[in-house]
Amino acid sequence: MSILVDKNTKVMVQGITGRDGSFHTRAMIDDGTSVVGGVTPGKGGQMMESVPVFDTVADCRDATGADCTVIFVPARFATSAVREAADAQIPLIVCITEGVPVLDMIEMYSYVGDKGCRLIGPNCPGLISPGKCKVGIMPYKIHLEGTIGVISRSGTLTYEVVYNLTTSGLGQSTCVGIGGDPIVGTSFVDLLELYEQDSQTEGVVLIGEIGGESEENAASFIKEKMRKPVVSFISGRTAPPGKRMGHAGAIISGGKGTPEAKISAFHDAGVPVADRPDEIPGLLKERMG
Amino acid sequence: MKIHEYQGHELFKQYEIKVAEAVLAGSPEEAERAAEVLGYPVVIKAQVLVGGRGKAGGVKVVHSGQDARGAAHAILSLTIKDLPVEKVLVAKALDIEQEYYLGLTVDRASKAVTLMLSSAGGVEIEELAETEPEKILKLSIPSGKEIDDDALNGFLRKGFESLKLVSQASDTVKKLYRLFKEKDCSLVEINPYARLTGDELIALDAKINFDDNALFRHKDILDLQNPEEYSDDEIKAREVGLSFVSMDGDIGCIVNGAGLAMATMDLIKHFGGSPANFLDVGGSSNPEKVLNALSIILNNKKVKAILINIFGGITRCDDIANGILLANRQIEIPVPVVIRLIGTNDQEGREILTNAGLSALEKLTEAVKEVVALSH
Repeated sequence: MSILVDKNTKVMVQGITGRDGSFHTRAMIDDGTSVVGGVTPGKGGQMMESVPVFDTVADCRDATGADCTVIFVPARFATSAVREAADAQIPLIVCITEGVPVLDMIEMYSYVGDKGCRLIGPNCPGLISPGKCKVGIMPYKIHLEGTIGVISRSGTLTYEVVYNLTTSGLGQSTCVGIGGDPIVGTSFVDLLELYEQDSQTEGVVLIGEIGGESEENAASFIKEKMRKPVVSFISGRTAPPGKRMGHAGAIISGGKGTPEAKISAFHDAGVPVADRPDEIPGLLKERMG
Repeated sequence: MKIHEYQGHELFKQYEIKVAEAVLAGSPEEAERAAEVLGYPVVIKAQVLVGGRGKAGGVKVVHSGQDARGAAHAILSLTIKDLPVEKVLVAKALDIEQEYYLGLTVDRASKAVTLMLSSAGGVEIEELAETEPEKILKLSIPSGKEIDDDALNGFLRKGFESLKLVSQASDTVKKLYRLFKEKDCSLVEINPYARLTGDELIALDAKINFDDNALFRHKDILDLQNPEEYSDDEIKAREVGLSFVSMDGDIGCIVNGAGLAMATMDLIKHFGGSPANFLDVGGSSNPEKVLNALSIILNNKKVKAILINIFGGITRCDDIANGILLANRQIEIPVPVVIRLIGTNDQEGREILTNAGLSALEKLTEAVKEVVALSH
């Protein structure tokens, strides 16, 4: 099955005529994803290669039946792009854009929820169900269809982990980058619930980092509700407190969000924490028997 | 982004939040003149962008001109957590009956702006949060709405005894919240929020941090930026669009993506090395970026070896390889460089390097082990 996206997903691209939007639209199509339309205000009626462009999300939805949108617009327009997608009730909204103000995200989080949509991101690489559908910017070649779910707050570190899984013969069901910001639309716990129910997924890799308490929350969910094996990795063990390490979310402050707290929460939940990305496949194989 | 207390003080005044009379001074003489104008006693406070100045001797109450000069001189000679004190704020010392703590921040868990209140103000609030978290009361403010009066007053009654105090605090909280929203703050703190004789509440400190992601819409706040918040290398890195944080080790790191950059530093430590910096070259892969990154890292004379770790996604390995060759031609690189390239266009990147007599590894662990060995 995979989670959230599969071969029936119809993807629209907001910001399709921009530099990143057009580049990744091509890459998604090359990977076999069904990209049915795009949106750039003022460019409705044009074509981006074989993809029709519309002025609004609602127009695109009506004409194409898109049920997922991926947002590539600059940070200062990202909030209104998410709002427009939610107003058009696109069930799955994926926001790749980095640098969205946190107060905007607080507002968007409840707005999207009230409209009954799911938001992934912002500041994320998107998600992929290998062999079926890719909605995002990850290099497709490193993936292999299989049974492992991967969730992460990071982009390139996820590629590192996926590369290690694939070269060890462990394919993936769905890989989701939830985003590196303090407030994101979909949490680790939301996704763990989906993986637990998904028939294709047999084990999960959770890639966390310093800052916030989403790893701790994930650990207590795993302890109480999850039967499938989970292996984790935490980055930022050497980061100095109070400094922003690239991700706005990766700040350790007020004694919270430390790597030690996260590691001990995982150990308490029976989840092994790999010291190195290349230890993850071995730990998974051990746990999956 | 952080600002000084005196800058926060000015913002509080713009929002009509009651603060003590105060004057900024850059020398002992200026401090004395300020004290004469305000009238003794006064409190002289170091202006630094870090907490813990009280413990470091950066806050002194004085009663005469001679004392004022002496205290200002002592404070202006301090270095607090690596930051030299360049200015002091001279404020009228008031008769304090009790100290409270009032703060607003973004709570990730409730995904809302959250009001924090404690009757145990004046101390380091981070310490209190760890040792006695029950002493900090919290109220979530639902997004998209104004603060609900009844909810706010009910909350404030848990911390303030009389209605007179509750109504003053309520007024202050509303103004603080307006400041928080309008200026895209990530933290606003008044510590201490003091009750004076006669039950008057007043802000005796102003700590404000701003959301870096929202600075594009606040030119006025950007103008308040203090160069000492970042090291020279960090500032240079920002100018060329790199995310950079100085560390105290000897292995320079150039990585694409923040999570992988942190994991790379962790691995260096895991294998017995010590990272000199965090550096994320970001998503796009302009060869110039590699040149800029290398020159910033080489400014640090402690660096003994450099690791370039690229997992191509948006970033293309051939661009990175060209950047390395460009740097090789334009600057002198006196230390060994270990290169790890994989992902988008890695074959092309590898070929470019091989043709120039360089080589790149494929596995991260191997690359880290090698760079650690070279740094010893």
